[in-house]
Amino acid sequence: MNYQSNAQGKGPGITEHRRIRRRSYLIGLFYAVILTLASFWASSTDLIYAPGVPILLAVLAIAQMGVHLVFFLHISSAPDQTNNFLALAFGIFIVGLVVFGSMMIMANLNHAMMPMDQLMQMQR
Amino acid sequence: MNVMTETAAAAKTIPLSMRGPAPVQAVVGYGFWLFLLSDIIIFSALFAAYAVLSGETDGGPSGAALFDKTHVFYETACLLASSVTCGFATLAVQQRSMLTAFPWMTATLVLGAVFLCLERAEFAHMLATGNGPARSAFLSAFFTLVGAHGLHVAVGLFWLVIMVLQIATLGLRPMVRRRFFCFSLFWHALDIVWIGVFTIVYLGAR
Repeated sequence: MNYQSNAQGKGPGITEHRRIRRRSYLIGLFYAVILTLASFWASSTDLIYAPGVPILLAVLAIAQMGVHLVFFLHISSAPDQTNNFLALAFGIFIVGLVVFGSMMIMANLNHAMMPMDQLMQMQR
Repeated sequence: MNVMTETAAAAKTIPLSMRGPAPVQAVVGYGFWLFLLSDIIIFSALFAAYAVLSGETDGGPSGAALFDKTHVFYETACLLASSVTCGFATLAVQQRSMLTAFPWMTATLVLGAVFLCLERAEFAHMLATGNGPARSAFLSAFFTLVGAHGLHVAVGLFWLVIMVLQIATLGLRPMVRRRFFCFSLFWHALDIVWIGVFTIVYLGAR
């Protein structure tokens, strides 16, 4: 059973050693709590240079997503998880294309659009 | 012992195409992982819409004026705690221990329900003060994104209730364990989406 599942790869979230898994949830909880508290603190403090706050929030959020993937979903780059890892990489690629592509195109269109009052005058 | 090491060695030399069908657990887990990734891509489209429209308030209130960070903090705490209790329930199910599985499943159910109640109260307050989805493009995008996540949580809770009933009636047979395992993946993925929601929507509100 064991060697068979190793030979054919694993689904996400499967590990054999239950003691390691229990510990992994607790470690994950510890990191997630720290990162969550840090992002709530960062959003309401005056100690950080204000234009830098969104970047810090993004870094903290990406770190926490990583913590959840590794410690809760048990995704790793181990050889028997190649399929899961490749699918995840492709998913992240598409998410990046959709989000940043939309933002870039819409910002560009906003920039290129004629101001609304001039547009209204042309239609008359 | 000897057989084990021999098969393990054979597994390395036999090409993947000649090893026969993969175990059901691996196939189900991988298929559900693909579904979760496609679900996250749907969310990414809603996030993109929100990012584009978050400034278009049409003279109405902006995010910073509407959102209460303590409220969001309680929601986040509920969802994170329920993610961990769900993990412990998964461990109990894998050890075929119903006695430990049911308390953890109940805890997950209660925490998820508290999250939904908090979100419902927030939406009800916004609707009562005239800031519904029809107020501005920003609020349309907000209700679509956060509402879609809340809908997923509601579906997850419904699924969890069904899993409790199935474990009680069918027992922890392999089919039921696989279903519960898929539920736990779904629940963890929802928590990952929520990280994006509370960072971009609530903490990033201008």
